[in-house]
Amino acid sequence: MATFGELSTRLTDALKNLRTKGKLSAADVDGTVREIRRALLDADVSLDVVKEFTAVVRERALSDDVNKALNPAQQVVQIVNDELVTILGGAGRRLEFAKKPPTVIMLAGLQGAGKTTLAGKLAKWLVKEKHTPLLVACDLQRPNAVTQLEVVAESAGAAIFAPEPGNGKGDPVKVAKDSIKYATDKQHDVVIIDTAGRLGVDAEMMKQAADIRKATNPDEVLFVIDAMIGQDAVATAQAFQQGVDFTGVVLSKLDGDARGGAALSVVSATGRPIIFASTGETLDDFEPFYPDRMASRILDLGDILTLIEQAQQAFDAEESARVQSKLASETFTLDDFLEQMQQIKKMGSLKGIMGMLPGANKMRDQLDNFDEREITRTEAIIRSMTPGERQNTKLLNGSRRLRIAKGSGTTVTDVNQLVTRFEQAAKMMKTVAKGGMPNMPGMPQMGHGGGSKGKKPQGKKASKSGNPAKRAAENAALAAGVKPGAAGSGGSGFGLGAGGKSTPSAEEMENLKKMLGGGL
Amino acid sequence: MSGTPRLGLGAKLKALLTGESRSAKGLTPDSWDDLEATLLGADFGPDVTDELIGTMRQRVGQLGAIDDDDFLRLLREILEEQLSRFDSTLRLSDRPAVILVVGVNGVGKTTTIGKVAKFISHAGRSVVIGAADTFRAAAVDQVATWASRAGVDIVRPQQDGQDPSSVAYQTVEFALRNETDVVIIDTAGRLHTKGGLMDELTKIRRVIEKQAPISEVLLVLDATTGQNGVRQAEAFLEHAGVTGLVLTKLDGSAKGGFVLAVQERTGIPIKLIGTGEGIDDLQGFSPVAFAAGLVA
Repeated sequence: MATFGELSTRLTDALKNLRTKGKLSAADVDGTVREIRRALLDADVSLDVVKEFTAVVRERALSDDVNKALNPAQQVVQIVNDELVTILGGAGRRLEFAKKPPTVIMLAGLQGAGKTTLAGKLAKWLVKEKHTPLLVACDLQRPNAVTQLEVVAESAGAAIFAPEPGNGKGDPVKVAKDSIKYATDKQHDVVIIDTAGRLGVDAEMMKQAADIRKATNPDEVLFVIDAMIGQDAVATAQAFQQGVDFTGVVLSKLDGDARGGAALSVVSATGRPIIFASTGETLDDFEPFYPDRMASRILDLGDILTLIEQAQQAFDAEESARVQSKLASETFTLDDFLEQMQQIKKMGSLKGIMGMLPGANKMRDQLDNFDEREITRTEAIIRSMTPGERQNTKLLNGSRRLRIAKGSGTTVTDVNQLVTRFEQAAKMMKTVAKGGMPNMPGMPQMGHGGGSKGKKPQGKKASKSGNPAKRAAENAALAAGVKPGAAGSGGSGFGLGAGGKSTPSAEEMENLKKMLGGGL
Repeated sequence: MSGTPRLGLGAKLKALLTGESRSAKGLTPDSWDDLEATLLGADFGPDVTDELIGTMRQRVGQLGAIDDDDFLRLLREILEEQLSRFDSTLRLSDRPAVILVVGVNGVGKTTTIGKVAKFISHAGRSVVIGAADTFRAAAVDQVATWASRAGVDIVRPQQDGQDPSSVAYQTVEFALRNETDVVIIDTAGRLHTKGGLMDELTKIRRVIEKQAPISEVLLVLDATTGQNGVRQAEAFLEHAGVTGLVLTKLDGSAKGGFVLAVQERTGIPIKLIGTGEGIDDLQGFSPVAFAAGLVA
């Protein structure tokens, strides 16, 4: 979901100069406003909306309360954010259900906006929310749209009402009308009516849509619009507003790059809120639309809330509790590593997730270079190991590493890198699980939880032996002699790039753990 | 432009230059602002709009006195010039001539294929369509319906979710065996940002070229698209070697001004125009007619 990426980049660029200046002059503001104007136009925001937007931003940026503020640049960001939220529709709105079922939802939009796919996504989402949706095939125009809806309904696990074969035959108004009775009889609590794509200028087809609306009296009429649409968005949205008077907007194909600027236009031109965002090709790529989050994403403040929500859905609580206890008991193995990676995959594109983190915008270029197949390669390497090797990376001698490299179609260097990365990660995780702060390279050492624990005198006492096994044994012996109170978990010895210093081995950690006993 | 009826560019400009003829000096900064607004509103995008206005200013300056008709003619001429810089003829002289049709989701690839098939078969050439969109639900049935409407052959995948490359291969094989003149390969819609799916296109290309050279790779663009069209074209050019553009849904209120930027940026000519859902709603691209449409 690299949504609005370009707009975000551009606005960040536009405001970069502002950030570095202490005071705002009229010239600063004008320059910034020009950048914002161009950025918005490039993102296909309608010219009228752009004019309104920039005028308000300019006016507010030049007003006194901004100049008196401590950090004017931040205030401009705030203003732009406020205005974006205002345009995007203020507080988010949820789907409204009828008091007396069935709730009728009608979909309308241009050809190729993604209505049929959305019908499937909506149905699947409703099924997940314990509803019993009925999909109604009222697109009798496009060849085999009915067949498509049938396939989509099946994969969504929803029922379908398709009495007419389509391909130009049958009356969509009658189908829509009959579907309500059918839904009542069969006790479906939500009816989703998929209609044919139509152009705003096609009076006859708009009348047909209006007739479907009249015949079914829907609780929600959702206008599906392609996030890539240009300046025509306003004209089209207004035509549909006059034609079928939609109650909400669904933004589709948000998984593409940039654009979506038209979304701002549609909302401001019609006053109707965006309710859902459609973000991919599978039926699960669908989420509620949050104007405030979207606005902060445009400003590169990240969309942490969405990230958390997605993460929560992918990680079931039980699983993460298991990992947590694993971490605490320090038996975190490559198997767990593999599982975690699969969880991340489930969560969706890594790039998407990174894109939602604050400040990640600057990393976008790097992200574009990042190959997600890296995860697949890592998986291949781990899967080429024996269960024993996954449990204990110490087993991995040169000959085993060569075998693994061959088995996974990688090189020994790749295997070495993975093992090193895993060992570092495992160490970091242990520290976190114990309530300490992970020691990141290049970051100042932070204190860990439990101030009573002293720093481990690792640096001084640790063995400098070149033999890892010997060193581990010596360290363990050393550590065993240390009083429990003196041993800690977040010492600087855990530093990832800790050069010549020896780092604690798994056995050593095990010993420390035993010593600390229940004190964790 | 919210609130105002959708007038053509010409009508809008006429409205802004009402009646009496003006001298170049008589064109106020407001007139230029309105021209800018109109061009932006037709999806030309900020860059092309700036360029066009620059050229207009220069020409108006050279001409001196100018009335509103001249103003329009001038704009139309500039647009024509820019649009006709590239050759828009379809090259289908190979036998079989293989056409690969690509584009993002929902732009009208399948519909376009139906129209092109009808058009070519009416010109007395035999056509086979390869239903290589094995991803979207019922896409194969959709293109099959178009094939039967156009009265042409179709090669379907042998099983659900078959590798599109193999469908493409079998289609070309069919054409070679039956001496079919033209092969049209339908592909699944894909967003240009999905690396894996774009790689799949490269593979389809590679597989087809094992048997026959590809004559045309047509990128279908939706006229309602905004500035993203340029990025689409760039990505598809890189991965699929696009040789021509098809602009669809021009029967709506969108002008498709972004194609000018696409043509300039990528050098790919516009070759076909789609103007409706009927099987005959397809035209060859004519710079004069298109410019006239923009400045109607």
